[in-house]
Amino acid sequence: MATTTAAPGAPTTKIGQAALEFDDRLIVAGPLRRTLNKVFPDHWSFLLGEIALYCFVILLLSGTYLTFFFDATMQEVVYEGSYSPLRGVEMSAAYESTLGISFDVRGGLLIRQIHHWAALLFVAAIVVHLLRIFFTGAFRRPRETNWLIGVVLLVLALLMGVTGYTLPDDLLSGTGLRIISAIILSIPVIGTWAHWAVFNGDFVGTEIIGRFYIVHVLILPAIILALIAAHLLILVKQKHTQFPGAGRTEHNVVGNRLFPAFAGKATALLFIVFGLCAALGGLVQINPIWLWGPYNPAQVSAGSQPDWYIGFLDGSTRLFPAWDLNLPGDYTIPALFWPTVVGAGLMFTVLALYPMIERKLTGDTASHHLLQRPRDVPVRTSAGAMALTFYVVLWISGGNDVIAEKFDLSLNAMIWFGRIGCLVLPPFAYWLTYRLCIGLQRHDREVLEHGIETGVIRRLPSGEFIEVHQPLGPVDEHGHGQLAYGGASVPKKMNQVGGARRAIKGFFKPVEEPAEVQRQAELEARGLESEQSDRQSITSGRPSEGGRPSEGGRPQAPRD
Amino acid sequence: MSTTDEHPGSSGSDVAGPTHGGPDDDHTPAQLAAMDRTELDRLGARYDGVEILHVEPGPLPGSGLEKQATRQVTMWFALAAFFAVAFLVVYAGSGWFLPGWEWEVGADAWSALFTPLLGLAMGLSLLCIGIGLVQYVKKLLPHETAVQDKHDGSHFDRVTTGATLMSGLDKSGLPRRKLLLGTLGVMGAAFGAMLIAPLGGLIKNPNTGNPLGTTSWAEGVRLLRDDGTPIRPGDQQPGSLETVFPAVEGGNRQADAATMLIRLRPEQQFSEEPREGQADFSYGDYVAYSKICTHAGCPVSLYEQETGRILCPCHQSQFQVTQGAKPVFGPATRPLPQLPITVDDEGYFVARSDYIEAVGPTYWNRERI
Repeated sequence: MATTTAAPGAPTTKIGQAALEFDDRLIVAGPLRRTLNKVFPDHWSFLLGEIALYCFVILLLSGTYLTFFFDATMQEVVYEGSYSPLRGVEMSAAYESTLGISFDVRGGLLIRQIHHWAALLFVAAIVVHLLRIFFTGAFRRPRETNWLIGVVLLVLALLMGVTGYTLPDDLLSGTGLRIISAIILSIPVIGTWAHWAVFNGDFVGTEIIGRFYIVHVLILPAIILALIAAHLLILVKQKHTQFPGAGRTEHNVVGNRLFPAFAGKATALLFIVFGLCAALGGLVQINPIWLWGPYNPAQVSAGSQPDWYIGFLDGSTRLFPAWDLNLPGDYTIPALFWPTVVGAGLMFTVLALYPMIERKLTGDTASHHLLQRPRDVPVRTSAGAMALTFYVVLWISGGNDVIAEKFDLSLNAMIWFGRIGCLVLPPFAYWLTYRLCIGLQRHDREVLEHGIETGVIRRLPSGEFIEVHQPLGPVDEHGHGQLAYGGASVPKKMNQVGGARRAIKGFFKPVEEPAEVQRQAELEARGLESEQSDRQSITSGRPSEGGRPSEGGRPQAPRD
Repeated sequence: MSTTDEHPGSSGSDVAGPTHGGPDDDHTPAQLAAMDRTELDRLGARYDGVEILHVEPGPLPGSGLEKQATRQVTMWFALAAFFAVAFLVVYAGSGWFLPGWEWEVGADAWSALFTPLLGLAMGLSLLCIGIGLVQYVKKLLPHETAVQDKHDGSHFDRVTTGATLMSGLDKSGLPRRKLLLGTLGVMGAAFGAMLIAPLGGLIKNPNTGNPLGTTSWAEGVRLLRDDGTPIRPGDQQPGSLETVFPAVEGGNRQADAATMLIRLRPEQQFSEEPREGQADFSYGDYVAYSKICTHAGCPVSLYEQETGRILCPCHQSQFQVTQGAKPVFGPATRPLPQLPITVDDEGYFVARSDYIEAVGPTYWNRERI
């Protein structure tokens, strides 16, 4: 040890010495440096998964708080709490303790509503993250495993939602539980056995809240936590994908190092997601269970809606025709089985297998680390739009009674709209998206070939009027651009290639010298290196700025 | 620290072995000490496959831009602290120097504002921290563009790891010892089965006593309202509906017993087409149908007098009361089961028997029981 402390460069400060002591024991300097140096691509769409992660953190924290007060039993009690309209009413202990959290725990209602909002946002963030991965082709080899884990996480998040929604044992959640019971019963052959195993007997029994509780607070969170860990470890191991752009290849990642820039941004996002959930939890009422009342199998309220992420299943169940399948031997496959168990099962199976399906169909088995723009893969993009349209029709149908009531429409007409719409609209969405993709592709190539429209009209000596185009790069003798399309976004406005002067910074009064900014901009336009320190100048062509080709980014002499 | 070592295989002196071409060989402490912080940072980054392409420095120290940005970031963090304190004041102060937070019907405005104020203060505090951090990174930190190499798997690693694994397998001799291998397979299967076997405690026979096909209704069981009062034929207006329960202990909490007692209007009564063999299930202009939807088990509860239709609010199945409650729209496939009713000696409605079919959602062997 004596040699270490005597070595040149030995720490002289207290903190440095402490760090040395620490590393002497745990040898973390190497891995820590590698972690701090990890490069993260700088694009907003890479933050969607992070939002889901932060929501999960909120759910763990707020959920743990709620368990201090929640009583997951179905024992009948008479309410004596502070919400007077329900005083003297018989209810389950689960419902009573949820009322207690809402009315008798200081700040309990806030945490309960934060928990509910974070759950809604959690599933939404997962879905949007999934769409980003899908439409940019980030699931392709070598990332199929992480796609699969992601789909499983989505399913588990839905199960978390369903079990959590059931726990308060109010009228709304009890109605949902009744439908869950019917769905389990509808499974051919083993339906009644499965129901007896889950509910410990006929609906509703006395066990189900306790069982859902342990699934909701222990089993599912543990699995989700383990899968999130695997998801992130694989991500770190495989490194991020990135959009194509200057300097970006299949063999590198361009962006910010974790420390300090990315860590700062990620922490900022964490706080923003926390803040949003807290504000929603305080300001926007969600699931006011005291208005629904305790569960009673003989009661239901009109316009009962599940949480948004179950709406598509509610919709598919409403739309599916009354087709019981009567088999020989007096066996029946109930109509309910198809739109719920089979429908959801098929949707998630196809989703989970999509990377394999696409690999089979395209024969593309290569590794990909550069993302695709949706327009460049019109078939996948259109198929995605088709699936999304189908989902949205089902989702709208899940709330068609509310729509029918609010807009004074016929409920039966809404059902028929959904039935026909879920068959007709998806192919239409496919066609429309395909045309949009092709159109956008053509426009990219047109700009690369002919340059950006400048809006400057010139009259030729012959009397002909032409619009002056700004080429993006070198041109051939006919004035046609020679830049090939590289999968990156093509600038289409003069402002994107430095056609407009940069705004002087400062809100009420300028905080930089306008003349200096002007001089810098001119120097830059001439492609000269600024001799002085360019501390206050901005430079375009940073690859992190959406990957615009920096070569063609400089305005050149306009050509016709 | 002892310098003698009697462990077998030790070379005698207890010193660390030579390092194998690691960075510590390339850079002596003296060399490292001669480098400044930026150089060291870049050197370390290079070892991690990271190259710093471009650094756009933050605003000049002491410049107007820097002062303004610092002011802004400071303001956001100060606001965050302010709102955090506001949260504490509302949280702890309610019921102390502020009005009480407990909500009562007709209570003062403060208790209704308590949760929104808490959420607002907490949300704003957290948002201010987030915005302040974003401003910090964007306006005060240098913007650095780095590029990191991405490596494919190493052929060397694959070959050597594979050799280690396979040689271990060879040493175990398992591929040759077929009987042992087979026994291991059987053991694994039996062991796995043993581990999950206790879950068998969850399994119960759903067919004992036919719980799905029977309810508490039986011959002579009175029809009671939710409050426990019996019903006479004169109690209901024509066209009205009443939810009734069997007069047994806890009958109004049973999941499958809820029944709708409907008094038809005269014109409905004349056009009534009961299901085959159930013409005598009604009593005068009264009919009784199960309230549990045959689709997914929700209580069907929206009765439209004009058309005689009952709507289930869950999935919008519609049942026609005058046609034996058969499904006329939506996903339900079967009519609501009809409860045969009559009146007892005291003139109150009673059931003539249980439902003759299973109430509630369809299941696999429903027709067989």
